[in-house]
Amino acid sequence: MSARAALSLQVNGAAVDRDVEPRLTLADFLRNELKLTGTHLGCEHGVCGACTVLVDGEAVRSCLLFAVQAQGRSITTVEGLAQGADLHPLQRALLERNGLQCGFCTPGVLMTAMEFLENTSVPTREEIRKALSGTICRCTGYQGMVDAIAEIAGGDR
Amino acid sequence: MKPAPFRYFAPTSLDECVGLLDEHGDEAKLLAGGQSLVPMMNFRLAKPAVLIDLNGVAELAYVEETSSGGMRIGALTRQRALERDPELRRRNPLLAEAIPYIGHFQIRNRGTVGGSIAHADPAAELPAVLCALDGSIRVRGGGGERTIAAVDFFQTYFTADLGPDEVVTEIVLPQWHSGDGWAVQELSRRYGDFALVGVVCRLRVDAEGNVTDGAAALFGVGGAPVVPEAVAQLVGTRAEEPTLAAVSAAVAAELDPESDVHASASYRRHLARVLTRRALSEAYARTNGGTG
Ligand SMILES: Cc1cc2nc3c(=O)[nH]c(=O)nc-3n(C[C@@H](O)[C@H](O)[C@H](O)COP(=O)(O)OP(=O)(O)OC[C@H]3O[C@@H](n4cnc5c(N)ncnc54)[C@H](O)[C@@H]3O)c2cc1C
Ligand code: FES
Ligand code: FES
Repeated sequence: MSARAALSLQVNGAAVDRDVEPRLTLADFLRNELKLTGTHLGCEHGVCGACTVLVDGEAVRSCLLFAVQAQGRSITTVEGLAQGADLHPLQRALLERNGLQCGFCTPGVLMTAMEFLENTSVPTREEIRKALSGTICRCTGYQGMVDAIAEIAGGDR
Repeated sequence: MKPAPFRYFAPTSLDECVGLLDEHGDEAKLLAGGQSLVPMMNFRLAKPAVLIDLNGVAELAYVEETSSGGMRIGALTRQRALERDPELRRRNPLLAEAIPYIGHFQIRNRGTVGGSIAHADPAAELPAVLCALDGSIRVRGGGGERTIAAVDFFQTYFTADLGPDEVVTEIVLPQWHSGDGWAVQELSRRYGDFALVGVVCRLRVDAEGNVTDGAAALFGVGGAPVVPEAVAQLVGTRAEEPTLAAVSAAVAAELDPESDVHASASYRRHLARVLTRRALSEAYARTNGGTG
């Protein structure tokens, strides 16, 4: 068996210290060890995007990163977006514009859009579509998501 | 937990990394961006007993100019770092244009140049860019350093001229000639997917607009990128019809693609012809800053 390794990182602003097996993915660490089950696992090979989280502000697949590789990093998951009962503006826009139905893809869509909006000041709908290409949604047909992101990008964020 | 257990090492220097590879040899795998290796580990298609994480080897992440005006790009350089490099379009517009075709931005945030090269996926963009541009790959192992021309490095499906004790340290690209035209053309089923077939190319013209030299590489048409000889038939022409059509057909005739679940061999050959024609025409239009 592989020896456990000490792991210290920030998750949604809070310091976390654990011992983990090296083979534990960041996604499983968040879900099973920290009970942050907002990060979803669909495919576990990088294709669906449901597991996307921010690592030091960058959107990455948490199914393709080992938890030990997040040593010293700052992780933001979907649970880190709302302030108490107040939804993040992007979450509210997604809700109001019917950008989600079953919600399985939603955490990945949100975390993807967070980095995208950080880097793109006034995106075109085409750019938004491209940014969303790495998150697969079985329900919505994406239009509501594009509307929500365009609204947030264009108006006050 | 899905991947099989492994011993994990996180070296912080290349020397340490080479030492670990030497010690653990066949049992060990290098981990770079993890965008190809970890999917295989999650499905237990890969079960390395030892995982050597390159991500702490900061000396392998760099973009530098060579003494002859070319580029050296360290293996650990993220694909996303290149995409964001404001200088890249000037230094090598073909590379700059090819990078965003690799998966999605979330994948490029982690995926590395060296990982893409070492993985040698037959449908990957970077190996083809290196082959079209006469690039080379530098590797280091217990036996020292080697430099391998890209066209020799990629051998067949997921197989490169790379020993189990060797690390890809950098890729080297010759200087980009500023008047050269370039193009990337590929077809994938969905935006961001691996290409069914793709073409990258570069063309140079003289003051009269006649092609003096050029090269292309096709990917997704066999086990390794193919650098077709027929592109040389454009030399002395203005890359017009019917020459373009004839050259593209000759390029397609050089290929021996296979059928798989994604596409039949004949469809791939058809795509290769159509995409080559588009790529050469686009590259020609971009020569001498679009005046060619
Ligand atoms: C959804 C998705 C879509 C993708 N689409 C594309 C695409 O369209 N085009 C494309 O080209 N790629 C695509 N990829 C793969 C690409 O993102 C990877 O970057 C690349 O194949 C591997 O790079 P990596 O750094 O992630 O390497 P890893 O996955 O860490 O490693 C891959 C292999 O290379 C070896 N290795 C890594 N670095 C070195 C080194 N320095 N020296 C020696 N060996 C090394 C590893 O041991 C392993 O065997 C996609 C991936 C995903 C998940
Ligand atoms: S679960 Fe990570 S991308 Fe699908
Ligand atoms: S809302 Fe159901 S998968 Fe996107």
